[in-house]
Amino acid sequence: MRQFIERHTFWAVVILLLAVILLWLIFAVWPEWLVEAIGRKKTFVNTLLNGLTLAGLYFLVASGFTLIFGLMRNVNLAHGSMYLLGAYIGYEVAEASGSWFLGLFVAFVAVAFSGILLQVLVFRRMEGDNLRQTLVTIAISIIAADLMLWIWTGTTYQFAPPEWLFGAAQLPVVSVIRSSGDPVYIMYPVYRLAVLAVAVAVGIALWLFLNRTRIGMMIRAGVNDRDMLSASGVNVQLVFALVFAIGAGLAGFAGVIGGTALSIAPGEDIRYLLASLVVVIVGGLGSVPGAAIGALLIGLAEQFGLAYFPTYGVVLTFLIMVVVLAVRPQGIMGQR
Amino acid sequence: MIGIGRKTVVAAAMTLSLGGTAVAQDDTIKMGGLATLEGAFTVMGEDGMRGVQMALEEFGHEAGGKKIELITGSSDASPDSAVRAARKLVEQDEVQILVGPLSGSEGLAVKDYAKTQPDVTFLNGSSAAQDTTLRNPAENFFRFNTEGAQWMAGLGEYAYNEKGYRKVAVLAEDYSFPYTQVFGFLEPFCRLGGEAPIDARFWVPIGNKDYSSVIASLPDDVDAIYVALGGADAVNFLTQYEQAGGQLPLIAGSITVDQTVLGSEGRTREFVIGTPSAGPISDTWDDPRWNEFVQRYREQFPDGFGSPSLFAHAYYVNTKAALLGLEEVDGDLSDGGKKYREALAALEFETPTGMVSLDERRQAIADIFLTEVIEGPEGGLVNKTVGVTKQVSQTLGLPYEEFLEYGQVGRENPSCE
Amino acid sequence: MDSRSLFSGDSVLSRVHPAAVVAAVFLIAFPAFSSDFFTYQIGAYSLLLGLVALSLMMLAGYGGMVSLAQMTVAGLAGYLVAILGHNSVEVMGLGWPWWLTAITAIFCAALFSAFIGAVSVRTEGIYIIMITLAIAVAFFFFVRQNYALFNGFTGYAGVEPPTLFGIYWRDPVPFYYLTLAVAAGFLWAVFYASRSTFGLTLQAIRDNPRRMRALGFNVAFHRIFAYFLSGLIAGTAGVLLVWFNGRISPGSVSVDVVIDILVIAVIGGLRHPIGPFLGAILFVLLENFAIDLIDRERFNTVIGLAFLLIVLFSPDGLLGLWERFRARFSTDRKARYTSDRAEQIDAHPSGSVENT
Repeated sequence: MRQFIERHTFWAVVILLLAVILLWLIFAVWPEWLVEAIGRKKTFVNTLLNGLTLAGLYFLVASGFTLIFGLMRNVNLAHGSMYLLGAYIGYEVAEASGSWFLGLFVAFVAVAFSGILLQVLVFRRMEGDNLRQTLVTIAISIIAADLMLWIWTGTTYQFAPPEWLFGAAQLPVVSVIRSSGDPVYIMYPVYRLAVLAVAVAVGIALWLFLNRTRIGMMIRAGVNDRDMLSASGVNVQLVFALVFAIGAGLAGFAGVIGGTALSIAPGEDIRYLLASLVVVIVGGLGSVPGAAIGALLIGLAEQFGLAYFPTYGVVLTFLIMVVVLAVRPQGIMGQR
Repeated sequence: MIGIGRKTVVAAAMTLSLGGTAVAQDDTIKMGGLATLEGAFTVMGEDGMRGVQMALEEFGHEAGGKKIELITGSSDASPDSAVRAARKLVEQDEVQILVGPLSGSEGLAVKDYAKTQPDVTFLNGSSAAQDTTLRNPAENFFRFNTEGAQWMAGLGEYAYNEKGYRKVAVLAEDYSFPYTQVFGFLEPFCRLGGEAPIDARFWVPIGNKDYSSVIASLPDDVDAIYVALGGADAVNFLTQYEQAGGQLPLIAGSITVDQTVLGSEGRTREFVIGTPSAGPISDTWDDPRWNEFVQRYREQFPDGFGSPSLFAHAYYVNTKAALLGLEEVDGDLSDGGKKYREALAALEFETPTGMVSLDERRQAIADIFLTEVIEGPEGGLVNKTVGVTKQVSQTLGLPYEEFLEYGQVGRENPSCE
Repeated sequence: MDSRSLFSGDSVLSRVHPAAVVAAVFLIAFPAFSSDFFTYQIGAYSLLLGLVALSLMMLAGYGGMVSLAQMTVAGLAGYLVAILGHNSVEVMGLGWPWWLTAITAIFCAALFSAFIGAVSVRTEGIYIIMITLAIAVAFFFFVRQNYALFNGFTGYAGVEPPTLFGIYWRDPVPFYYLTLAVAAGFLWAVFYASRSTFGLTLQAIRDNPRRMRALGFNVAFHRIFAYFLSGLIAGTAGVLLVWFNGRISPGSVSVDVVIDILVIAVIGGLRHPIGPFLGAILFVLLENFAIDLIDRERFNTVIGLAFLLIVLFSPDGLLGLWERFRARFSTDRKARYTSDRAEQIDAHPSGSVENT
């Protein structure tokens, strides 16, 4: 931190300034001219929070995607299908058992298991042949989408999360002062705040796992040099299967989290696959911190786009991708 | 669902074994049924085909002394695929009558295609875009179901007079069907003196899942929100609106609070109780004709919905019209169906939802139901029938030329100033 | 090894030559004995999808760049025809003459393709699939939401092909011969280009970009130019497609369609320009007649399974299957077959130096 300030004093000042402005925008009561210029404060703060929570969801999906790539150089385009599969399985379990948390847990385990199957039955057979692996994942996602449509039809499903997660909370942020002098506080859905919290927790857990455990160390070693790791007596296939399980499991986990925040329907697989793709292209393939940064950028861009210029929201996301590719083809945190 | 599937396969296998393109036998008439049997709208397409089956069953698969052979075609709700499927049914399977398609933009595309096949008679399935019959209609395309703007009949007046709303915000998907519905609602509402400011109209991309930012932008100083979203979009909005602690009452488009939304899996949404809406059918209409229809639907399709959807209803009405027309001409299509189409144009008949007749552009004039969401006897939410608007025409009672002056439906039509 | 792979395409041609003659005669005589439906909906449509897939085959087979945005490029050309020419929707429709519209549309599509190339060219291999998929999906969402230019969800209808020499070019037989001529032309062009200096350089870059860079070749330029050329093919197919359908809407460039093109190209085979057309014929036949054989609902499962089996067991698609079949019955070809198999086009997508 100190090093950064010493080396890039200018940028440190800019970042500090931006942070102060942001905090002011969040906590101050907006003067008339600002409302004139960019609309009501309620819209702005809500959009900001929406962007953050959506980023949390995107991070959950994309971190698994990037983790798998980082170790195995394997682009799993069936990642979106795993998201959707997790959501459906979680729904069935939650519905049958009445416990949302059980649904969440089973979704993680079941999809993790499907990931292991995929790794052992398919990918191991064509190691080093990236393009074929990718084509296989496309084929699997086509079939999976159709089978899921068959089983669960085109109906929209929604989870019933625990009561205490439902409804809106009052934030300690004033939106406007009424003419009577009473402050109006901003309301925000509890569940979405929970999504953000879960994403942060998963992010920290992943960091600890990768940096503070023995297996994490092996995985990082594998990312750097797979052959060397295998030469030093580690069972690489086991590590691969484990990483695939975690990556796929995270997608299933995100399926339940995201399915509860929004809903589950056919087509969600493509949506989250696209989100993962853009997030990791921007953040850098293979990097978990990169996925976090990418998710933040894309989540915020999408929400601000939807609120302030709906038609061109997609273009904003696309522009971010093109600019990053032009300036840094390997992504913000990616390594060559 | 599976029942239909198997039957179509058998029928299709029979066509194949008969030689596909071979000349149709003299005592059978080939009828095509086109619906979305793949993709996200599959459930609706299947229910549409149930409507076709019901009408065929009612006539014992015979009309005007001819056996009716049904050949099924499938689209994925995109206009391209609808035209491809229609072309296959007409040019390859040589159907003489085609019933379909399901959705609005498909309808427009099939209508354009109909113009190139003057000897084939097209009847709509359930598509409800205004321009299919309003502007540049095709001579051989008939629509015995009502469309999006007609469906809103009575709702604008109800919201203004009974509910006392004066200023509403609008939230709808950004394409032609919701435009048509918004137009149908706002036109009477604004004529009475209601307001719907342009900057309080929110058009979201179709398939949008995350409404939280839109909800945050909804103004506080309106009496109600008019919502025209369908299917998954409606479910998402309703849940998120409740989660965000939304307080404003809603007014709903025809497919915003229908059974697919109210009955969707998940929690019941008490806060939509009291939401008025309007549409071509009403689940709880207590009328012998409707009750009999529902009864027959349940018997014939134990694994269908609890009550026929508006897709089943529209396909049923159109298929029934096709068969009644055949009875009129004794199954004689030898003149390229010319006499048959004259008979169809003059047709007037009783449906489960009242009398239907056609205007000069072959568009249905029929009754529209005004409904309100209530808690049903078994706990779930249902639509209660509040009133029936009799014989609504496409031009909402105005002369054709005068109605055209409103211009094409769009984001700012009517402007409500 | 490099030199052999360069000429392998040549030997494939000489081998299938008698078959090619038979195929040509069959294709030319096709409308004479088939119904309008088969001529137009099956014949012409297969040729059009085959053309789009050919543009992908060219990039993937010779350049090692698997682009999922080829249908997007074709779609842009189709939209431009509706925007610049005439349509029956009261949006845009600038009324340019048909030849100017078509040329502009094709050229803009090629530029768009070159732009996609420029965006993805600094990355390698697997990244390209991801970027082009993202571009394709973004384009789909954009046209669906943009009303000013693309007329949103509804898209354009009433796009008419020109009437020339007293012939209405959407009539099944003329349109069939038009697409057949265009397809044959591009097939020959791709074939010819693959043996030109440019084509050979491109294939060398595919096999070893690092070495080619070291030899002083401008790798990025060659790749972008390949995208430009493939854009010409896809753009032409797009113009024909919009004449074929008479309409274009976001559904024409949706994710499903984009992936269908990849499926067609891979099923047909990425080793030879004729592959995409074989794949397209199979695909269109299945698409039209699957409903008569199985439940139409499960069409995607069938296509997906076929795709999966091809990728798993015959990376060279139907062509590869054919070669394998022949190899089994002629021992003298066996050696050549195995050597062909050794140089799969997709061997080094990450551009590594393993084969030096």
